[in-house]
Amino acid sequence: MSAASTVGFGDLHILAVDDSSVDRKLIERLLRSSPFRVTIVDSVKKALELLGSLHTPKVDMIITDYSMPEMTGYDLLKRVKACSALREIPVVIVSSDNIPQRITRCLEDGAEEFLLKPLRQPDLSRLYNLMLRNNNRH
Amino acid sequence: MDAKLLQRELLELTTRVLEEGVIDKQFLEIQTLRDEDNPNFTDEVVALFFEDAQKLINEITKALEQGQNYVDFGKISADAHQLKGISASVGAKRITDLCIAFRGFCDQLISEGSLQQLHYEFSLTKNKIESIFKLEKQILAAGGMLPGM
Repeated sequence: MSAASTVGFGDLHILAVDDSSVDRKLIERLLRSSPFRVTIVDSVKKALELLGSLHTPKVDMIITDYSMPEMTGYDLLKRVKACSALREIPVVIVSSDNIPQRITRCLEDGAEEFLLKPLRQPDLSRLYNLMLRNNNRH
Repeated sequence: MDAKLLQRELLELTTRVLEEGVIDKQFLEIQTLRDEDNPNFTDEVVALFFEDAQKLINEITKALEQGQNYVDFGKISADAHQLKGISASVGAKRITDLCIAFRGFCDQLISEGSLQQLHYEFSLTKNKIESIFKLEKQILAAGGMLPGM
């Protein structure tokens, strides 16, 4: 890799969304061993506030739980893909339910990946590689 | 006591609890997430689980105590779904499976409730319309006119 295309790892920013405190703690622990900057919120509403704020460092990947009260991870996906400023951000949806129609719908509507809970380190390692590839292209 | 003996006891205990299906491999995974920077990780995440699970079970219990006509099975199903999620996250296998069964019961009861309501509404509607027809016949028999004629 030449110096011009080297990405500073700490510059890449992951936004995680989950309403469960147990799962937030888990994903925080798994993401801690990554070199990326991490922000974790407990609702889609908070995620959208962050994404819309000029103070927030650019988000390079969103990892969101599917089932949440009020707005779901799918709602977040649709909002992100409908917004020109945000639609390039890869959105990964995570769910504890293995429902094929749900998975297909999310992927067809622009989700980068659909992962089943509980998340493990290899799942996240794959996502990091994805982020790095995406950012080398730009 | 000798650390080696205790370690052996721990291994036997963990194996037994696994075999009983009370916990599954996900619990072991959580134990591997302990390290120097996070030595209490397992304790902390399980403490969160116990707290949230107890709250959800209390909610479900309260909802079921509401008396037959007022039980919100939709809410119970939602709470059971949440409980299922967090149980699966920490490897509490038996609770996870129980929640799946619980939701199945709720979904059945929701549809049975709607069916009961359908029977009830049909009886009620039939009674009320028959009352109207009865009065109309009485009016005609008494030589009167019906509205709209």
